[in-house]
Amino acid sequence: MVIIGAGQAGLQIAECLRRGGHAGRLTLLGEEPWPPYQRPPLSKKYLAGDLADERVFCRPLAQLAKQEIEFRANTRVVAIDRTARAVVLASGERLAYTGLAIATGARPRALPVAGAEHPAVCYLRGLQDAQGLQAKLVRAQQVVVIGGGFIGLEVAATAREAGKTVSVIEGADRLMARAVAPGISSYFAQTHRARGVDLRFGCQVSGLVPVAAGGLRVELSDGGVLHADLVVAGVGALPNQELAAQAGLACANGIVVDEYARTNDPLIVAAGDCTWHVNRRYPAPLRLESVQNAVDQAKIAALSLLGVAQPYQDLPWFWSDQYDVKLQIAGLSLAHDTTVVRGGSEAFSVFYFAAGALVGVDSINRPADHMLARKLLSAGRAVTPAQAVDLAFDLKALLQDPTG
Amino acid sequence: MPKITFIDVDGTSYDAMVDAGLSLMEGAINVGVPGVLAICGGSCACSTCHGYIDDAWVALVGGPNDIEDATLELANERRAGSRLTCQVQVTAAMDGLVVHVAKND
Ligand SMILES: Cc1cc2nc3c(=O)[nH]c(=O)nc-3n(C[C@H](O)[C@H](O)[C@H](O)COP(=O)(O)OP(=O)(O)OC[C@H]3O[C@@H](n4cnc5c(N)ncnc54)[C@H](O)[C@@H]3O)c2cc1C
Ligand code: FES
Repeated sequence: MVIIGAGQAGLQIAECLRRGGHAGRLTLLGEEPWPPYQRPPLSKKYLAGDLADERVFCRPLAQLAKQEIEFRANTRVVAIDRTARAVVLASGERLAYTGLAIATGARPRALPVAGAEHPAVCYLRGLQDAQGLQAKLVRAQQVVVIGGGFIGLEVAATAREAGKTVSVIEGADRLMARAVAPGISSYFAQTHRARGVDLRFGCQVSGLVPVAAGGLRVELSDGGVLHADLVVAGVGALPNQELAAQAGLACANGIVVDEYARTNDPLIVAAGDCTWHVNRRYPAPLRLESVQNAVDQAKIAALSLLGVAQPYQDLPWFWSDQYDVKLQIAGLSLAHDTTVVRGGSEAFSVFYFAAGALVGVDSINRPADHMLARKLLSAGRAVTPAQAVDLAFDLKALLQDPTG
Repeated sequence: MPKITFIDVDGTSYDAMVDAGLSLMEGAINVGVPGVLAICGGSCACSTCHGYIDDAWVALVGGPNDIEDATLELANERRAGSRLTCQVQVTAAMDGLVVHVAKND
């Protein structure tokens, strides 16, 4: 068996294949120079300089060897030859497969602005990006973050905590608009402003002009101008699906897989950020960028390769740490018609309902709500808006009641 | 370097020499304890690194802070010695500590 992409999903597929009884050769191919690692700390503790490289690795190399997973770093796959059932490496070497998993992840969307090739413009996806960004951040004084999504805001928080002057440019009228309700957005807007971050909504970057003395002049669509020693672009990610597309596998906004993580080739599965996938909980296909999806979908993909068809129906969840604020997301809340708030102004959860059913819960500094929400949503328990707002009502009781 | 023993759900025991300052979770990952999943990588967000501190050590290790306490609230089978191992920083005094891994999924 061969796995392309040694990220969190690729590693999980490899380990599940071994644990699930695959006794034959198992090769995990990654183009990066490191063993599989965690990306979440890259915009948080790692960027702040608080973690050594080894501390973001998912496993020491010895643990991969012990499980007889043949891990090859610095190894890029350039083609999948489905007829010959082999992958082609950049070196020209070919590796035959009996089952293949694609877990190639995603890459940052490039900033579509003239001047974006300047070395002061950074993206953040991998450890190498994080190392470069960290070195530049130490020297920078004025940081402009483009994009008020999770990664942009985490970088903004880390930069602000390091004493930098920070501006965030967001095209929408609120932060993290694609993921959370307005109440959560405004809480984070207040938090960032209270720490001294300059937030600019409803405007785009229209130009990046190098300045003779160093850095860039950042020109905004509303006429504003900022100086930046460092620009960090966090404007979304694109799935790494070209390899699959060139091999004739169906692709949409990601590699198309069914609820068993299977592509349209019965020998090939895919998992993680690179997939346009089906989750039995939801009517339409999805692409998610989260550790939860990478890990849970990987398990389904590995089972499929082992001949076990287990449908993907895990509840999506996500977290983001900004300053000392912990945002935790359970479920998908995009399609909702009612929201209610549980808790006070510094620690609260927003419960989202669609047609009377709970669909998601976003929690700020209320981890117990989050854990409970995950259990309630996973089990499909009925919760009413009235119960959700009532702090005197013990939501935990709903878990015990099997008829609830 | 403190020696920590992890006893996995299936009873297998793993000895780890863990640098002071690392978390118990990191110690477990480094020796490959299968039951310590640690999906969130130590962000206190997943509770898949749940373990029970052996009775003899509970007092020395201490209890969880508020956030960990809340996260543990709904972990599988919480008991008196329950901790999220990613939130326990190893110290020299923990040499000999025994951790029983919880059923994590
Ligand atoms: C800065 C940052 C912060 C984040 N924070 C959070 C968070 O707080 N919470 C959360 O849930 N999620 C977070 N995420 C998202 C999460 O990290 C990803 O969803 C997860 O890593 C996806 O795993 P993956 O295995 O699908 O992809 P990846 O981890 O991207 O792994 C794919 C791997 O495949 C390799 N590859 C690609 N093409 C080839 C090829 N042709 N040949 C060989 N190798 C190839 C890539 O180099 C890469 O190493 C964050 C992401 C980033 C970047
Ligand atoms: S590793 Fe996720 S809570 Fe400890």
